[in-house]
Amino acid sequence: MKEQISPELFAHLVELAALELTDAESEYLRGELNSQLNAINELEAIPLDASIPPSLHGITFTSQVSAPLRSDVWQPYERSDAILNQAPQVSERYIVVPDIPHTTLE
Amino acid sequence: MELYAQSAYELTRLLHSRQVSALEILESVLKRIEAVDGRPGTLDPGEFTEEDRRKVHAFITLTAERARAQAQEVDRKLAAGEDPGLLAGVPFTVKDIFCVQGTPSTAGSRILANFVAPYTATPVARMEAAGGVMVGKVNLDEFTYGSSNESSAFQPCPRNPWNPDRVPGGSSGGSTASVAAREVPLSLGSDTAGSIRQPAAFCGVVGMKPTYGRVSRYGMIAFGSSLDCPGPIARDVRDAALMLQVIAGQDHHDSTAAALEVPQYVALLEGGVKGMRIGLSPDYFRIAIPDIQTGEYALQPLPEAFSAAVHRAAAALADMGAEIIENVPMPNTRYGIPAYFVISRVEAASNLHRFDGVKYGYRTSQPVQDLRSLYRKSRAEGFGLQPKLRILMGMYVSAAQYSEQYYRRALQVRSLIRRDFEQAFDPQGEYRLDALLTPTTPTTAFGFGEVYGDTVLMQYADQLTVPANHAGVPGISIPAGFASDGMPIGIQFLGADFTEEKILRIARAYEIATQSEEWRKACPQERQ
Repeated sequence: MKEQISPELFAHLVELAALELTDAESEYLRGELNSQLNAINELEAIPLDASIPPSLHGITFTSQVSAPLRSDVWQPYERSDAILNQAPQVSERYIVVPDIPHTTLE
Repeated sequence: MELYAQSAYELTRLLHSRQVSALEILESVLKRIEAVDGRPGTLDPGEFTEEDRRKVHAFITLTAERARAQAQEVDRKLAAGEDPGLLAGVPFTVKDIFCVQGTPSTAGSRILANFVAPYTATPVARMEAAGGVMVGKVNLDEFTYGSSNESSAFQPCPRNPWNPDRVPGGSSGGSTASVAAREVPLSLGSDTAGSIRQPAAFCGVVGMKPTYGRVSRYGMIAFGSSLDCPGPIARDVRDAALMLQVIAGQDHHDSTAAALEVPQYVALLEGGVKGMRIGLSPDYFRIAIPDIQTGEYALQPLPEAFSAAVHRAAAALADMGAEIIENVPMPNTRYGIPAYFVISRVEAASNLHRFDGVKYGYRTSQPVQDLRSLYRKSRAEGFGLQPKLRILMGMYVSAAQYSEQYYRRALQVRSLIRRDFEQAFDPQGEYRLDALLTPTTPTTAFGFGEVYGDTVLMQYADQLTVPANHAGVPGISIPAGFASDGMPIGIQFLGADFTEEKILRIARAYEIATQSEEWRKACPQERQ
C-alpha cells in the first residue's frame, strides 16, 4: 500500500489540528488516513478539463431560491446569559482561559 | 392496534375525533419505550449484558416531563376549540445532532456531553409549534460520522429492531430504530451522505433527504455544511409527507433555506404515477469496491435480491401507468465516495474547530500551561477517533500545497455528478425523468463489529446515497421487502431539485401497489 502520510507529516497534521494522540491512536489514525487516500486517489484518474467549474453547492442559489439578505442592523440576542452559562469557567461575564502563549517583543 | 403502533396520520385523526387524548397517546408511547428500549446510552456504560443485547437502546435522553407538558397543552387547545396544529399529539424523537432548548444536545460525543442547548433548532421548533410531542433525543454516530452507530460515545448504542445482532445503520440509527421498534411514529434525522436513507433501509422504515435548502439547518450541529439536510423518518410515506409539510420552508436564521413555497405534500400524495417517467440506471446496480492493498477498484454487481426488488417496483409502477426508462447513464456515480472523502472532511475539520474547551462543552481537568495546551488536551479527551480522523484528513486535503490536487478536483467531480442528474431530469433532454429508481444500499444491515474500524469500507455503505448529497437533489428510501437473511431491503427514488411532492407520490403509489403483499405484515419481533 502506498503510504502518503509519513509519521513526520502525520505529527505536523496533529499539531495543526490541535490534538494530542496516544501511540495506539496515532497508529490507527495514520493507517486509516493512508487507506482513505488510496480511495481518494481514484479522483486523479478522472479526466477533468479546466472548463468544468468547481461546485461549492449542488443546487444553484438563484434570486428565486435565496431570500434577500436582511438589512445590516444590529440584532442583540436576548438571552446571552444562557450562552455564557455554558462556558466551563466564567468570571463577571468574562470567559476565563489559561495564559495565552505570547512572545515579548524587544 | 395499540396507540403506540399507529401512524402519525391516524393518531391525529383519533385525537381530532376525541377518541383519545394527547396524554393517552404519550403514555402508551412511554410504556412502549420502557418495555423495549432498555437503558439509554451513557459515557460510562459498564458491562454489556445479555439483556442489553436484546434491547433497542435508541435513546440518549428521554424527556418525559417536557413531553407531558406538551401533550397537556395540545389537550387544552383541543378542549378550548383552538387549532392544535398538523402534528397535534404525535410523539416524535430527535436525533441528538439537533439543539433543543433545555435538553442535553450531545452529538453523540463526550465533547458535548454536558452541553445544554440554549435554543431550539428550527425543524424541531416547527414540529413542536404544530403540536408534535418530543419524547426524547436519540443516539447517532459521533458527530454523525459513521454508518452503523457504533462510533457513538454513548453506549450501549442502538441495535436493529429486526435483529439485535445487526447494526441499525447510521448515522440516524437511533431515529430509525425508534421508529422501526414502534416507540414513536416519527423521528427527525439528518443526511449528509445517506445518514437518513441508509439506516431507514437497514431498519425497514421510510426516510427522506429533502432537497438541500428545503429544510432549515438552523440549530443542527454542522458536519458538512454544503451537504447536510434535516429530514423525516416515518413508517409510511404519508407520515413522512406530513412531517415534511411541517418542517419545510424558509427560515431567516438560515440563508440557505430556500425561499420557495412549500407544496401541499399530503394533499398531493395520491395523485398516482400515470404518465410519469421513472428511470433505471445500470450505474446504480453495481458498486465500486476498493482493494485496500492495491487501491484498485473492482466493479461488482449488487446482490440479486436488491436488483430484483428494484425491478419488481419498476414493474408495479409500470402497471399503474408509469413509463420505465432503462439504461439512464449516471457515469459519475462511482466517484461519489472519493469526492465525498475530500469535501466532507474539509467541511468537517472547519466545523470542528469551534470545539476548544473554552466557550462550551468539555474542558480538560488536567493542569495546563497555556491556552494552546488547553485546546489540545480538551480536544484529545473530548473527541473520539472518528472526529479526530476527519479533522486530520480535512487538514491534509485542504492544505495549500494539496488543495488543487484534492479539494478543487473533488469540487469539479461534484459538478460532474450534478450534471448526471441535470441530464436525467432535463424536461427537454433525452430522458426527461420524473424520478430515478435505485436500490438504497449495496447490502442489508451488517453485524456489529463486521465493518466498524475499517473507515473506507464503512464509507462505501453510502455509495448509492451520496450522489444526491453532492447534487443537492431530494431522495427517499422506502421498504421493499426482505433479503434471505431476514433483513429489510430499501429502494430509493431520487428527484429533481424541490420536487419532493413527486417522489413522495411515486413512493406512495408503490406502497398502494404492494399493500396486500405478505412481507408487509412482518413486524420486528417483540423482545421484552
